[in-house]
Amino acid sequence: MSVQDQVHRLLRPVRPWMVYALGTIPAALLMLRIFTGDLGVDPVKAIEHSLGLTALQLIVAGLCVTPLRRFAGLNLNRFRRQIGVLAFVYASLHLMVWVTLDLQFRWAEIGADLVKRPYIVIGMIAFLMLLPLALTSNNAAVRKLGAQRWQLLHLLTYPAALLAALHFVWLVKAWPLEPLLYMAAVVALLGLRVWVRQRRATATT
Amino acid sequence: MADRYTTNRLNSGLSWADVTPKEVFLNRRQWLAGSGAMALAATLPRQAQARIEAAKSRYSTDEAPNSFEDITSYNNFYEFGFDKTDPATHAGGLTISPWTVEIDGLVEKPGSYDLADLVKGMPIEERIYRFRCVEAWSMVIPWIGFELAALLNRVGVQPGAKYVAFTSLARAEEMPGVARGLLDWPYREGLRLDEAMHPLTILATGLYGEEMPRQNGAPIRLVVPWKYGFKSAKSLVRITLTDSQPPTTWNMMQPNEYGFYANVNPEVSHPRWSQASERRIGGLFAKRVDTIKFNGYGDQVASLYAGQDLAKDY
Repeated sequence: MSVQDQVHRLLRPVRPWMVYALGTIPAALLMLRIFTGDLGVDPVKAIEHSLGLTALQLIVAGLCVTPLRRFAGLNLNRFRRQIGVLAFVYASLHLMVWVTLDLQFRWAEIGADLVKRPYIVIGMIAFLMLLPLALTSNNAAVRKLGAQRWQLLHLLTYPAALLAALHFVWLVKAWPLEPLLYMAAVVALLGLRVWVRQRRATATT
Repeated sequence: MADRYTTNRLNSGLSWADVTPKEVFLNRRQWLAGSGAMALAATLPRQAQARIEAAKSRYSTDEAPNSFEDITSYNNFYEFGFDKTDPATHAGGLTISPWTVEIDGLVEKPGSYDLADLVKGMPIEERIYRFRCVEAWSMVIPWIGFELAALLNRVGVQPGAKYVAFTSLARAEEMPGVARGLLDWPYREGLRLDEAMHPLTILATGLYGEEMPRQNGAPIRLVVPWKYGFKSAKSLVRITLTDSQPPTTWNMMQPNEYGFYANVNPEVSHPRWSQASERRIGGLFAKRVDTIKFNGYGDQVASLYAGQDLAKDY
């Protein structure tokens, strides 16, 4: 039996709710660190960044599903929805902490940030793109929209991923490596899709 | 980031402020050994060991200072890495003795000054200042130091001098951020001469009654309380009097984001973030407060900029 088949067999008993349960681990660890005072002297920034980073990691993980199937023969398609919904949940928490603990409901400043600060604008657009995706991440929505239209809608994942990574690159001072690595991962994963598409196009002509 | 010193805080009821960091402890021991007070050291509590005699100052704020833990574990000191915990983690091995400061350019008595000679005779004061970072967070810090003007007067400023340039240490062997080339080293900052001569501008050699912790810019650093924190260059090795505006690190890197003046000003936004308010560091529910022009030191310094358009000279 191939390695892929062995992995598939191992994953067979995994139910969707278990993926959600796994997805609460980063949040639980964060809570633990809040209550043990392990987040340093500026816990607000640490919480905000940690939630945003988890969201971005989940977005990248979601983008890995198709290439893994295509190039490694590993089919994780049935977990993709949960990964996406979790990414949205963490992005929502990230946004919520920004409004509550960080900006502390200073709506005038929040409003100004949302029109004037490029990285905040970009982050917000990414979030707004994830919103319809999360709302349609159920079988009823797929049936109602029809598979084609649903798929078309969910192409929003791609610009959302790019903007989320750009949000990270843009907010830091100087050029630390970490945000650039996430950007590189997103660009590579999207590039793979473009490459496959072009190869298909040339194969059919 | 995880701070291994604070993980057991809930159990012990102690905070970072109660613990003497190893590097401070070693440094202190060295100093004590030198002064023959070794036997005394073991018996004295932390407060009693505060060894820098400093007069109170009328320039101090009466706001409550941040804790020693806040001030020494949350630092932007890119010579040691981008992360705010990097300085506390990596600065322990920095050699701060011997230390010389080169004073040159348009001065009467240029030279390579040993730190002890440079500080000798200076009126040491405690200055409790607000400290506002360009990243929109702030602290209140009880610095120990003396007015830069006192030093400049001692070395004699030549008539043609208009600016003061500051250079920080860039020692790759002891500074991982320098070794990795995170910025264009050495770190450089500068002030106009009238800013440098202003009584609020100090050279700080300590905080909380202690010698300057390494992560805060030991053994001597600039503190200019009405400007964003990046103007207050750390671990100074050179002070140069010049007749033209010196190049400064952040300004060279992103001139549209970091001006030469960098006065705290809620009316002038940083291109990427608002400067309207700031979070006063202090735990999970750290309060966000309105940022005040010149960081609240307008009464003393606003006149320096009379006739200047601060939106242009940001």
